[in-house]
Amino acid sequence: MTDFGFKLSKSSAIELDKVDTSLYERLCQAEPGARICMNCGSCGATCTAGPYSGMSLRKVILGLQRGQDVRSMLSGCMLCGKCSMVCPRGINTRHLILTLCRIYD
Amino acid sequence: MIDRISSGFHPFVLPFLAGMIFVLGYCLYGIIKILVQLPAEDRKRFFISLVTPKTFLKNIRDIFCDCLLHVKLWKRNRLLGYMHSSIAFGWFMLIVLGHIEVILFLPHRIHLFYYPIFFNFFVAETDSTIQGSLLFFLMDFFLLIILSGIALAMIKRVRSRLFGMRRTARPSLLNQIGLYALWAIFPLRLLAESFTAHISGGSFLTEPANWVFRQFLGNNLNMLPTWWAYSISLGVFMFVLPFSRYMHIPAEMMLIPLRNAGIKIRNARKGFARVEVWSCPNCGVCIDACPMSVDKANIKDCTVYLTRQIRRGNERRIEEISDKCLLCGKCEAVCQVGVEGPALRIMTRAERKYALPQDYSSIPVESLTEAAKGSKVLYYGGCMSQLVPSIGRSMESIFRKAGVDYKWMDRDGGICCGRPMFLSGRIKEAEEIVRKNESVILGSGAGTLVVSCPICYKMFKEKYTLPGIRIVHYINYIEELIDAGRLQVTRSDLCYVYHDPCELGRGAGMYEEPRRLIGRIAGIAEAPKNRSESICCGGSLGSLTLSFAKREKMTRNALDNLYAAKADALVTACPLCQTTFSRYADRPVRDIAEIVDMQTVGTITKTDSI
Repeated sequence: MTDFGFKLSKSSAIELDKVDTSLYERLCQAEPGARICMNCGSCGATCTAGPYSGMSLRKVILGLQRGQDVRSMLSGCMLCGKCSMVCPRGINTRHLILTLCRIYD
Repeated sequence: MIDRISSGFHPFVLPFLAGMIFVLGYCLYGIIKILVQLPAEDRKRFFISLVTPKTFLKNIRDIFCDCLLHVKLWKRNRLLGYMHSSIAFGWFMLIVLGHIEVILFLPHRIHLFYYPIFFNFFVAETDSTIQGSLLFFLMDFFLLIILSGIALAMIKRVRSRLFGMRRTARPSLLNQIGLYALWAIFPLRLLAESFTAHISGGSFLTEPANWVFRQFLGNNLNMLPTWWAYSISLGVFMFVLPFSRYMHIPAEMMLIPLRNAGIKIRNARKGFARVEVWSCPNCGVCIDACPMSVDKANIKDCTVYLTRQIRRGNERRIEEISDKCLLCGKCEAVCQVGVEGPALRIMTRAERKYALPQDYSSIPVESLTEAAKGSKVLYYGGCMSQLVPSIGRSMESIFRKAGVDYKWMDRDGGICCGRPMFLSGRIKEAEEIVRKNESVILGSGAGTLVVSCPICYKMFKEKYTLPGIRIVHYINYIEELIDAGRLQVTRSDLCYVYHDPCELGRGAGMYEEPRRLIGRIAGIAEAPKNRSESICCGGSLGSLTLSFAKREKMTRNALDNLYAAKADALVTACPLCQTTFSRYADRPVRDIAEIVDMQTVGTITKTDSI
């Protein structure tokens, strides 16, 4: 293939009608706090595991809403609890993460 | 003294006899079950401790002091101490004296083990046994002591506040049956012995009672019914005992040797944990102590209800209770028996299965180790300290003033200490984190690790193996700097009230050091509930399910306790407590490092490490 010095990246569009959000729904049932997240990103900014595994609770919740695979992020969590200290919505983030680890399939 | 009944038997002893055999059988079954459930190495350790003279003597002393005399309870609350020891020790003495009577006067009956209990029914006094009068006196004396204890127990049931308890555990049906049977035993014994006192002899209690009864009941017809009633109440009590809180009586005698052998809870249901659960006397002291029980909320989530639900096998409630707890450890600190509420809960959490395993292979241990190299002193702030930058800044300033050559291990992000993971019951994952940190610290070449977060400090002290490295809390470290003359202290006229963080006080036993350090730089006031009874700030990482909103009440309650000291500002030594209090406090909340930094000047300019 000729190298033009630039390339087209694959479309990252998500068809929300087709993605499977059942995991997110189950999470919301077990920990309703997931619904009140406003994606501010405070959790990700303070995350201890963030620099090593890309963990950010904001991205995890967003990913679940889009039906994406968030396992690699989630598995890096050390449960230190900083996200729960900074969350402006008062979400019990540690319970959310533990619940998610429990029900993930 | 002679046998009144030649066969040495009467049917009325049967209820007692059946109850006694049942209890002994159940206890034997319990002991075997526990020993089988203990891991092999614990079992071995237990047997060795039983034949080691030192632990053997300690077992005897502890059982005597704790189970019979209730020394710990006396120290805490004299009225409750008297109530419990009068019943326990008095009853013990009645049994011992009963045996002495049989051995002295009717040694051929000693093989009948109901004889010492119903001695007065089976004997007739002859003129020759005047030596018995001392024993009869002692029997009546201890019966009186027990009756006074029972009277106090009845008053306590109606008005527990008189005994310094605001709330007590609601007794279950079987506990109630056991309680009323226990209350009935001793008055019935008094009646029974009184009705027979003119035949068997008696002392200052039973003889006058006998005289009074004979004035209007001039026959012996009341004798048998009361002895029957006495025996039946004993029998009922013993049949209920294994399924009620009274199981704590035999269980505590097992708990003490196991604890002295150094055995820890490894499973929330089996082995040592089972003994602890049986040993819970359901007194409910933990209810008043629990920080969650403020405003009468969450009362059913206290340790007394956890042990009850474990006994019932109610899995749903066990999980709920275990997940909600803040793990502040106060119930354990006030428990007279030493039931380890937090450990029971952590082990319950540990049984949970997670579909998604944690994976920490992406943590770059090598580069973190490189960054930590170069100094003899390594400072670990911990995750929480990163959210309270003033702590780290103050520590840096103190290090600089004292001329300490240090490295801040997690200034730009590090690895969690693993304690939050441990508290949530994922022990293997926590150990994985611990191994990562260990290799960073050992690889850094440092000789001293200064830790400023008490949560991390406890973890480092208990779960880390760091040979050759001194783990020191910054309070101790700053004191050493001041003592070495490297920091000069000026006093301020502010008055602080110190809040004992759970993990530093109850967790690591550091109560005096922080107070001493604050006392050097400012005035210090004490809150009504302090030291081992300090109230958790409510921000604890221990709780998995408590919501932010529900914690607010607990924080405000803890703050009210601190406000009572009427200090200018609050001071603590935990970044989590500080953040939690700062949300609602009406006055400044500081960390010890901050106030030390404000009040010190350095005396050394050359950089060096100690």
